[in-house]
Amino acid sequence: MKLKPEDLDKISEKMRSSTTLREGKGRAWVTVHMGTCGIAAGARKILKTFLDQKEEKNAQDVIITTSGCAGLCSHEPMATVELKGEAPVKYVNLSPEKVKKVFADHVMDGKIVKDYALAKGSERVS
Amino acid sequence: MEDISLHILDIAENSINAGATSVDVEIEEDQRNDLLTVKISDNGKGMDEDMIKKAADPFYTTKPGKRVGLGLSLFAHSAREAGGELKVISTREGGTVVTATFNMSHPDRKPLGNVQETMDVLKASHPEIEFKFKHTRF
Repeated sequence: MKLKPEDLDKISEKMRSSTTLREGKGRAWVTVHMGTCGIAAGARKILKTFLDQKEEKNAQDVIITTSGCAGLCSHEPMATVELKGEAPVKYVNLSPEKVKKVFADHVMDGKIVKDYALAKGSERVS
Repeated sequence: MEDISLHILDIAENSINAGATSVDVEIEEDQRNDLLTVKISDNGKGMDEDMIKKAADPFYTTKPGKRVGLGLSLFAHSAREAGGELKVISTREGGTVVTATFNMSHPDRKPLGNVQETMDVLKASHPEIEFKFKHTRF
């Protein structure tokens, strides 16, 4: 399965149209943590699933990008979802199935998926 | 890392963090010499001599608050265990070139993996950066 130059051009062209969103027009930001730890834990599949979901739902106002290690390597793969005007939420130990739910519920519908978020409940460890 | 395509993604992320606006990925499969070469070049801010020396040291990182930096050292390890090596050439003006060689038929050589998905996600998540990809076999 070899990638042809035309394929890259096609992807590039398609993505260029959404670049303007980076200048502040986006409704939601999704940042997939792509440090060495994240990549080793499967972050590429997570990023691919977010990108596929964006395309499937034609969510042009959702910006998907990457960042480095967040220092919580044992919780990778991780992603941060931030809706405009709201606090960012970190999702941990993600799988493609979890990503689909996060995209549908949080990114599209504004409801945080508490079960997959980093922090939930009190600090006490039982 | 499970395969070489994940190393490529990891090193390309380094390029992006180094402020590169263009990243070239080249894979060369030289059947006659049983040699696989993977080269990632960028036009980022590069490294000085001191940094290059430390770059493959797993306990060296440029990031504040961190104690380890495993990306390049893991790539170097993957190359070494397949009878190859990792070379880093870098200047402050010209960016960085990371070249890994592998003995193609070495039993410990990792598979190439899904290079297409690596290039796809890089392009899609960083549309402002120009990514070039070349895969040759001879």
